[in-house]
Amino acid sequence: MSEKLLDIKNLDVRFDKELVLRKVDLEINKRDFIGMIGPNGGGKTTLIKAILGLVEPECGEIKFNIPSNKLGYLPQINQIDKRFPITVLDVVRSGKSNGKKLNLFKSNRADLKYAESLLDEMGILNLRDRAIGELSGGQMQRVFLCRSLMNQPELLILDEPETFVDNQFESELYEKLKELNKRMAIILVSHDVGTISYYVKTIACVNLHLNYHPSNVISKEQLAAYDCPLQIITHGDIPHTVLSKHDNHEHHH
Amino acid sequence: MNTIIDLFSYDFFVNALWASFFAALSCGIIGTYIVSRRIVFVSGGITHSSFGGIGIGYFLGWNPLLGAAIFAVLSALGIQFFSQKAKVREDSSIAIWWSLGMAIGIIFIYMSPGYAPNLMSYLFGSILAVTITEIWFMAALSLFLLLIFITFYRTILYIAFDEDFAKTTGLPVGLINYLLISLIAVTIVLNIRVVGIILILSLLTLPQATANLFTKDFKKMIGFSVLFAFLGSFIGLLISFYVDIPSGASIIFTLVVLFGLMKISSVVYSRSQLKNE
Repeated sequence: MSEKLLDIKNLDVRFDKELVLRKVDLEINKRDFIGMIGPNGGGKTTLIKAILGLVEPECGEIKFNIPSNKLGYLPQINQIDKRFPITVLDVVRSGKSNGKKLNLFKSNRADLKYAESLLDEMGILNLRDRAIGELSGGQMQRVFLCRSLMNQPELLILDEPETFVDNQFESELYEKLKELNKRMAIILVSHDVGTISYYVKTIACVNLHLNYHPSNVISKEQLAAYDCPLQIITHGDIPHTVLSKHDNHEHHH
Repeated sequence: MNTIIDLFSYDFFVNALWASFFAALSCGIIGTYIVSRRIVFVSGGITHSSFGGIGIGYFLGWNPLLGAAIFAVLSALGIQFFSQKAKVREDSSIAIWWSLGMAIGIIFIYMSPGYAPNLMSYLFGSILAVTITEIWFMAALSLFLLLIFITFYRTILYIAFDEDFAKTTGLPVGLINYLLISLIAVTIVLNIRVVGIILILSLLTLPQATANLFTKDFKKMIGFSVLFAFLGSFIGLLISFYVDIPSGASIIFTLVVLFGLMKISSVVYSRSQLKNE
């Protein structure tokens, strides 16, 4: 019997007048590794923002069995201002949640040490005083991964961490996530179904509705049946399936 | 010709020096925040809309700066509110406040009896005419800004860097945003006397651009900005005195030259570093 971390029931989310998510149910258990796929504009990012409390659902509920500071989050990298004057170490430390309190005179030694140990673990401690904008894509993603781990989360949510990085770092990242999965549940949002299916345990396809597939193997026919039109870009020698578009749905690339 | 030492025996010069010191402090701090967050245009909107307050102040016979302060804070909150809640595109919202303020200012100044003698000083600044009371206000503001930025340094930095992420760590994003936009408004109004409405944006961005050549760390950028802002104001003030040109324009010109020189030397320096490697 697995332990439930999060229970989403009957969730509807609307942006302006348009319904983005409809009747979404999802249970997240300890040690889950969910690959979240779906077409652009299908609602993947909206769903994780709803989990994080960044968008207000129209109806339905999200029940947490873990404190809200036990969620780790790695946002899409293009949402971040890369020329902002901030050091790597400060970015990582910004991941530390301290409830509703303001950071009064906050310069916590334990946090600092922990941030440094995370950077060390990722092999980028030497970059600690560099400005975030001076890093390569892969280095930057490592920094944001460190930030998302500052609270020692029980659920780690990553929104397309493979963008902006080279192939080598991509597979390194997935290996790292596999290792982290021993300590925490992971939701990995990706547009690269072929590659992630190699690492994730289950697949959730989000396209207005959410279809949960309790295995990491998914065929073209199943995807079609799941109402999940996809366009896939993969590279390297990792086995992958190429799926054609589903014709009943309109979507954007 | 007066020596620099002689200048210090003039009250107006000493006052101007204090004013430029506190202007450098407040604009250095707030400007770093403005530049880092890329809200220079927002600040332009707030600045120009404060002209509406100056016009109303004239008309009612109040201190025009009081009117400007009220207008600036209202427009700051208005811009923030309109773009967040009323779903008006932010740049359009800024343009509305920007031009509305200028229009109201011109209407009321036109309707005021008599001639508005020092209107030019609000538009282009007159640091040599700054009063002791105004200096006290600037000092109080600078102290308050220092206090806020030291106390809430990490909160401000984290929210400015990545607002959405900051929400997930439980930081009071809305509160801090409204607080800072109000502080921007007050900083702008209290510094209008130094360089004027038209030129104040430069005091909030030029020292920061220069500082940014040397550091990419928020805290150090504040320090360097304050330094460059003061250097620019001081040299600008001296030039304006000796060459007899308007002080606001002279300060801005000095700041630009300072930026140019630093930019060139940083390029030359990094080229020579490359050669040595």
